[in-house]
Amino acid sequence: MSITEILFWFLSVLAVGGAMLLVASKNPVHSILYLIITFFAVSGHYILLNAQFLAIVNIIVYAGAIMVLFLFVVMLMNLNADSEPPQKNRLLLYSGTIAGCCLLLVLVAALKQSSTTSQLVEMGGGDAGLIKNLGMALFSDYVFPFEISSVLFLSAMIGAVVISKKEA
Amino acid sequence: MLLSIELALILEKLALIVVVVMSSLLIAMYATFAERKVAAIMQDRRGPNRAGPFGILQPVADGLKLFFKEEIIPNLSSKFLFILGPCLAMLTAMMTGAVIPWGDKVHFFDRDIPLQIADINIGILYVFGVVSMGVYGIMIGSWASNNKFSLMGGLRAASQIISYELAMGISLIALLMTTGTLSLKEIVEQQQESWYSWNIIKQPLGFLIFLICAFAECNRTPFDLPEAENELIGGYHTEYSSMKLGFFLFAEYINMFLSSAVMVSLFFGGYDIPFLNDAAFAEKIGINWMALLHAGMFLLKAASFLFLFMWVRWTIPRFRYDQLMNLGWKVLIPLALINMLVTGAFILLQQNNWHF
Repeated sequence: MSITEILFWFLSVLAVGGAMLLVASKNPVHSILYLIITFFAVSGHYILLNAQFLAIVNIIVYAGAIMVLFLFVVMLMNLNADSEPPQKNRLLLYSGTIAGCCLLLVLVAALKQSSTTSQLVEMGGGDAGLIKNLGMALFSDYVFPFEISSVLFLSAMIGAVVISKKEA
Repeated sequence: MLLSIELALILEKLALIVVVVMSSLLIAMYATFAERKVAAIMQDRRGPNRAGPFGILQPVADGLKLFFKEEIIPNLSSKFLFILGPCLAMLTAMMTGAVIPWGDKVHFFDRDIPLQIADINIGILYVFGVVSMGVYGIMIGSWASNNKFSLMGGLRAASQIISYELAMGISLIALLMTTGTLSLKEIVEQQQESWYSWNIIKQPLGFLIFLICAFAECNRTPFDLPEAENELIGGYHTEYSSMKLGFFLFAEYINMFLSSAVMVSLFFGGYDIPFLNDAAFAEKIGINWMALLHAGMFLLKAASFLFLFMWVRWTIPRFRYDQLMNLGWKVLIPLALINMLVTGAFILLQQNNWHF
């Protein structure tokens, strides 16, 4: 096994394991910390694919800003076993299980159908993920979607400000 | 194979990492001593002068004292996270050093060894990512100690760092527009020509914003609300004792040193020696001696920033919380945006040969 493969498997186990623990852990703060581990593992995958910019932006935005806000809110609300008693509603439990199984079925079916899954992604090759090429692509070929999404972000930001103003 | 790296490179980088980590620890150690001396001079006192000549063994004595104190882990805290907090604070503080070019290169054993651990083409974004990780140490530690005042300190730290990161990022965008690269090595190399090619000349306002944000990111006075002892008993490290407390305090000094290093390489020419033709002088005395001079110059510049950090701490009182938020969101971010727009307009004009 080459180093790349070892890294790939290590990161994959880390990502999937982190995601499992995120769902399984009882304490919401621990859940968030597991999610941060998952984000780091995903960033590691991006680096293996030579997409450095995506990797570091994933860390800055998701692990560095959004997760801090999550942590912030959870810590402020002080969620724990006393304030959140375990789910007792049988109907909810059954419906949740069935819904989860349906999702699994759909995912497995989709993966079986698609033909590209049998091809391995080319590791470390290509420089499309380097910041220069990415910037060129974003501001020439994809400039319209880029601007549209920036308008979306702006409107979301203004919306947040308006909502917080109403409360005061 | 993608990651087949030769042994010599690994050894070279390993040696470099050890040197950088050790020297930042040493510098942070003596920064604590310098802080007390500077405070003493400003308050017309003598400062620590008992341990060793002029008290230069004082940091060693402080370290030993912290190591020998009793470890206390609160009963109702989550122990793993309680220990993880200071570890994370130290780790993220040390990580920034990896992308800073401490000097040009040295020539040993027929190899050119660049004095930079990793020259990645997203250098400055890496610094940013590490800085945004830095808040986790404080937040996790403060939450895990199961103390209201600690938690308040941690939340203050988080909101402060997130708020000032925005203005810092926007002021950096203006700088990156003029340099056209994210690699710290290239940014430093662009400033080698002479002292007026330093980025501080091109981006004075950007530098000022960056400096203020760096103060806030390091939790230094006037932005040290997370550890406002008269409001929060002790701040985020109320429950900590012994070396775990020491790690938190020490991480602050390492952060200070490394953010000084980042500011030097971004705005003050990095290892460039002003009023000296570096290339010609390097031929006269050899590359290795030149690298030593460069590293010395870099440390000198960083040390003057460290002094600025201390100077401000012992001169300016702490902000109130609403003042802090107002400064961040209503003054610095609009200023940084204006700076960015003006810079963009200038660059466009320049590319158009100064015609509208």
